[in-house]
Amino acid sequence: MKKGKDSILEHELVPKHKIIEEEEVKKLLDTYKIKKEQLPKIKLSDPVIKGIKAKVGDIVKITRQSRTARKAFFYRLVIE
Amino acid sequence: MELRATVEEEVARELTRMGVEGGIAELIKGEFIPAGLTAEFDELLEMQVGEAYAEDIIRMLGRGEEGEVKLGDIEVKVDKSELSGKIKEELKTKLRDVRMKLSEEKLDAILKKAEEKYEEAKVEPREAVGIVAAQSIGEPGTQMTLRTFHYAGVGAIYITLGLPRIIEIVDARKKPSTPAMKIKLAGEYALDRNKARELATEIEETYIRDIKSKIESSTEDMCVWVSLKEKELERKFIKREEIEEKIKEVGKDVLVETMEDGKLRIHVKRMSFHELLKLEKDLSDKLVKGIEGIKRAIVRRDADGEYMLYTEGSALKKVRRMEGVDFSRTTTNNISEIVDVFGIEAARNVIIKEMMDTLEEQGLDVDARHVTLIADAMTMDGEVKSIGRHGLAGGKVSALSRAAFEVTVDNLLGAAMYGETDELKGVTENVIVGQPIKLGTGAIELVAR
Repeated sequence: MKKGKDSILEHELVPKHKIIEEEEVKKLLDTYKIKKEQLPKIKLSDPVIKGIKAKVGDIVKITRQSRTARKAFFYRLVIE
Repeated sequence: MELRATVEEEVARELTRMGVEGGIAELIKGEFIPAGLTAEFDELLEMQVGEAYAEDIIRMLGRGEEGEVKLGDIEVKVDKSELSGKIKEELKTKLRDVRMKLSEEKLDAILKKAEEKYEEAKVEPREAVGIVAAQSIGEPGTQMTLRTFHYAGVGAIYITLGLPRIIEIVDARKKPSTPAMKIKLAGEYALDRNKARELATEIEETYIRDIKSKIESSTEDMCVWVSLKEKELERKFIKREEIEEKIKEVGKDVLVETMEDGKLRIHVKRMSFHELLKLEKDLSDKLVKGIEGIKRAIVRRDADGEYMLYTEGSALKKVRRMEGVDFSRTTTNNISEIVDVFGIEAARNVIIKEMMDTLEEQGLDVDARHVTLIADAMTMDGEVKSIGRHGLAGGKVSALSRAAFEVTVDNLLGAAMYGETDELKGVTENVIVGQPIKLGTGAIELVAR
């Protein structure tokens, strides 16, 4: 059977998710003066999280295509 | 580099518009370096397009008179400004159109004004955006039809629209009342109608009852007779052998014989009358082709002229690995399926798209930002939550706020039993106790030193 683009990471509905480094995490939390736990969440069982092999406690940076701003960044904390 | 490409494109387009074909347009496209253009080139240009046009083109290339605005300036300056992506794009196209009338000073003034207006339009900190969003969707909602179904194209596929659809989305139902997929096709399947139709039959569920002309059990020889509609078999690309195989799966020791006239004789050794009737029923309900739950799959041509499939019923996981399906562009209106297969961010996108599409279909113009806020709130915790008391409103920390919303007694009783504390941080709680709410001007406190 021919395999098309099977990976869900390539799906048009799925924005780019990227695990961010410790340094960027600190910068992010300092900018908004918040704790990690105050960020929006994403589950470990999320197919995209499985796809990029993120761990619990990681923060993923999501590059969304916005209707108004064209490109927008969003952050989620990986939880159980 | 991108800048150069834009200008080149612009020049080439302008040339085509002026009726300059091939040669010189290509030349400019390939050789475009504003400062590096030679006198010979100008001459060549004049010869080909005439003096008046040549002047225009040279000006466009950025070698106009002193003080005139170059295309490049517009790009660079707009990009540097403090505006959002979409506004920048819009501004660029508009400025390009009037660039002949622009001067450097005018451009700067326009940008300054745009930045001012943009800053003014931004939402102030502590503005109650949730309330605004709720009202912005609630009011148009009163104008929506209460119960409408709609055809997806001409193919007689029903999709719930209007208010019931909006309610379905914000309630985060596990399954919509009319699940449907849009399947995009890959390679030649997208170009060949017959191939697309063949794939549709692989997806659309077909039971023996759909392709039989007659099914009856005979007590004389204790067997079931099935006659098939040849036309249907042909239309659905089903081979007789396939059916025989499927029939054998119905039970243990099922024997199938094909008679000369095409009738199928099916029987099981030493069968009771009761078993015979059950066999007839099982046979009629046997799936011979397609995916269970996909009631229909129709072929349509999309805006780009590609063939694609619309289905009644949804099963993303099952079409995922099918040959000919371009899974990267395949979607469903079933949000809980989207979460399972594509994750929470995709679900957020679908919530926004489905709500906006439903509103637009009803002729209502709601700003995408309100819908976006709702989708964000619903997906905040990594799973899709409903808006009502079982979801967002029920998950509030404040007991007073929950009690004010729905099922007052239960909430108060529960809070009292567990000894909950109310921090009085939200709006509702503070209204109840008669304090200023912490929004807008109420959010600011004065500290005396």
